[in-house]
Amino acid sequence: MKVTLKIWRQPDAASKGAMHTYELDGVSSDMSFLEMLDVLNEDLIAKGEDPVAFDSDCREGICGMCGLMINGQAHGPEVTTTCQLHMRSFKDGDEIVIEPWRSDAFPVIKDLVVDRSAFDRIIQAGGYISVNTGSAPEAHSVPVPRDDAIRAFNVATCIGCGACVAACPNGSASLFMGAKITHLGELPQGQPERDTRVVGMVAQHDAEGFGGCTNIGECTAACPKEIPLDVISRLNWDLHAALRHGR
Amino acid sequence: MTDMPDTTLTGDPSHDAPADHGDDAAGYYTPGDPIRDTKAPEGPIDERWQTRKFEARLVNPANRRKLDIIIVGTGLAGASAAATLGEAGYNVKSFCYQDSPRRAHSIAAQGGINAAKNYKEDGDSAHRLFYDTVKGGDYRSRESNVYRLAEVSTNIIDQCVAQGVPFAREYGGLLDNRSFGGVQVSRTFYARGQTGQQLLIGAYQAMERQVAAGTVEQFTRHEMLELIVVDGKARGIIARDMVTGEIQTHLADVVVLASGGYGNVFFLSTNAMGSNVTAAWRAHRKGAYMANPCYTQIHPTCIPVTGSHQSKLTLMSESLRNDGRIWVPKKKSDCEKDPREIPEEDRDYYLERIYPSFGNLVPRDIASRAAKNVCDEGRGVGPEVDGVRRGVYLDFSSAIERLGRDGIEEKYDNLFDMYARITGENPYETPMRIYPAVHYVMGGLWVDYDLQSTIPGLFVTGEANFSDHGANRLGASALMQGLADGYFVLPHTIRDYLADGPFEKIQESHPAVVEARQAVEERVTHFLSTNGTRSVDSYHRELGNIMWEYCGMERTEDGLKKAIDLIRTLKDDFWRNVKVLGTADSLNQSLEKAGRVADFMELGELMCIDALNRRESCGGHFRGESQTEDGEALRHDDQFAYVAAWEFAGDGELPVLHKEDLVYTAIEMKQRSYK
Repeated sequence: MKVTLKIWRQPDAASKGAMHTYELDGVSSDMSFLEMLDVLNEDLIAKGEDPVAFDSDCREGICGMCGLMINGQAHGPEVTTTCQLHMRSFKDGDEIVIEPWRSDAFPVIKDLVVDRSAFDRIIQAGGYISVNTGSAPEAHSVPVPRDDAIRAFNVATCIGCGACVAACPNGSASLFMGAKITHLGELPQGQPERDTRVVGMVAQHDAEGFGGCTNIGECTAACPKEIPLDVISRLNWDLHAALRHGR
Repeated sequence: MTDMPDTTLTGDPSHDAPADHGDDAAGYYTPGDPIRDTKAPEGPIDERWQTRKFEARLVNPANRRKLDIIIVGTGLAGASAAATLGEAGYNVKSFCYQDSPRRAHSIAAQGGINAAKNYKEDGDSAHRLFYDTVKGGDYRSRESNVYRLAEVSTNIIDQCVAQGVPFAREYGGLLDNRSFGGVQVSRTFYARGQTGQQLLIGAYQAMERQVAAGTVEQFTRHEMLELIVVDGKARGIIARDMVTGEIQTHLADVVVLASGGYGNVFFLSTNAMGSNVTAAWRAHRKGAYMANPCYTQIHPTCIPVTGSHQSKLTLMSESLRNDGRIWVPKKKSDCEKDPREIPEEDRDYYLERIYPSFGNLVPRDIASRAAKNVCDEGRGVGPEVDGVRRGVYLDFSSAIERLGRDGIEEKYDNLFDMYARITGENPYETPMRIYPAVHYVMGGLWVDYDLQSTIPGLFVTGEANFSDHGANRLGASALMQGLADGYFVLPHTIRDYLADGPFEKIQESHPAVVEARQAVEERVTHFLSTNGTRSVDSYHRELGNIMWEYCGMERTEDGLKKAIDLIRTLKDDFWRNVKVLGTADSLNQSLEKAGRVADFMELGELMCIDALNRRESCGGHFRGESQTEDGEALRHDDQFAYVAAWEFAGDGELPVLHKEDLVYTAIEMKQRSYK
């Protein structure tokens, strides 16, 4: 099939960007979306034009490195990562608009590549359990109710791709934070630091320039791992509790 | 090959078959002195690690702050080491090419992690895990290292649970286990089909905690392009900031490579797009020996190739073989039919037929080769690519009958979804189609018991080293090794080296530093000024085709010699004719790939030479000339019970082969049998 691509091109963070149009023929429906862009890039290189820069690594939907706004939707029309989106979701003659994640806290580095290091700094502010190597007790010394373990796992599947932020009209990373707060807060091992964790992460989130949650729910709709919206309720609950405890 | 009497036969009845050939790789290498590990203590195998930990000298906590450690790579082996060494109080600098340490490719491991907890009381023990791992590796690993791996495996589970890794649990709240290919006990801990992700996030979080504490400094979107060796010791790296293009010098007292495997030499593999050999290969060129580079694991359960646009292959966890049954039609004429319409009596469950005691759970190399054989016979299924159907069915219909759809969903939901998304087929209704793909490399930089390479001060952990898996890795053992090395082994062995530090400060003006830096700058300039006609990817794809064809699941003397010629020609053309656009001082993904592909070319040639030298079949290395009458792999312990450690002798020079004899004291070498 043949598609028309409108792609955001921006040489670097300091330069102004603009949309460029490319026609691409011979696209197979078995190609992944990123393989389609690989083909475009081979064409561009052959013509002596700078290929389109985009991030991707595992290409199996788990590393969280890829992420494009496709026709205005984070990761495109399916509930999955950009790398797992296939061209069978499009049809011959389609126009496809491709942009980088939109958020002040994710500045563009080049073309479709953005800087998501703010997520690392949010984790540094408390998204962990403090246990030095070698100091752990025997694994079976603390049984964890199966349902709690499943719930912790379900939200621990967050891949840190940033789609939630890109989709949010307010550029909030509350779903990302809520997933981590819930993952660690569901487990007995996570209890001692529950208050300091949420206070630290929220303070860092705000300092990075992410917006507050306004309960729109776009984040969970865009999330390729289907992290549920109620992790944000849990985040707020934990934050209130921590403030009550005077942390 | 010349037919000459083999002079190494000693009359020992344990050898497998008389060999009647000379040296296949003669003319491709220079024989060197033997090499051996000098760090593993003597004595009973189960006491060696305790002894070594005690004998390894300590570093006073006040001195640790004065010691700088560079760690390249943030997968399980790198992130766990960064966290642990940071906690101990060293100054750690951590490098990764991704935009966050959490993205390293360990994250994609699906099935699980082995540990000898014996929670099932099914006869497991550290000794049995050791035994299974050595046997699974086809008696080509170093026994001291493997025993230690089995020994520390239980600590890993404790550590991860304490970090909040949400392993699968039973109703009573205790940890669940599953069984995995190649073994008969249930010792695999798992987090649905995303075990690697959960373990890596645990290690990542522990590392980020140290970043916050100021003991670890992380450099993301940075790629190591050269090793700095001063007075014979590793003292730092040259790295490129992939955003600004700045070439940076980072000096340290010790360098750790945790940079993963080199499966992408095949272009198509289950590795991440960015996975590469550059860090390891630059170290190899500076004096680190590369061991057993030809040992490649071809994973039996991947989604088949659909066409020439394919950029990577996707693994379906081996754990699927616990419940799925593998088959192809008995008759070629049935291969195009809807599989659901092929009656039971016309199906060939070939693994269950050939290997009745292990059935679908035979080790990976055996399952892969069996799939290749039935497809070569013309009984493969799925679309024809280049005239052959390369696929076999992995069928869950009987498991769905037994456990119900809910039971299967709970175990494998994300895998089934992934399959459906990639293929557009529903595996709950029609059998999956799978085919083998390059997945993991057992070969890597040679290390001693301390995980130190042949360059003092250069340590190598995880998939980047060679030590634990021999010629074939068992399922759920890569995660175990990565975390064992990073959490529990390296932090002990590295202190013995660092006890002599801090080493003399070196300046950036030191000739060795200047030379390393210039080499990097010259390469960058060369790629950008060549102005050729072919893209980097086109070379990479062609290299991959050569490797898959001649150095893939089955290797022969003629094929390997042909591959070496083809690679040499391709390499020459690459250096003269590659086309890299853009500039050096900005994000330039073509430039990044050019450096990686240049190193893959050199590695590919060495892999073929190693495979050519090893005229035996062992583990993932199957030589067509070395098989039994019924087509099973045939080892030659009398000639090849050694690690092949290759030394770089200079561009245009033949590599030098150093042999480390493998001596087993705690286990008897046997021919593997899974029948």
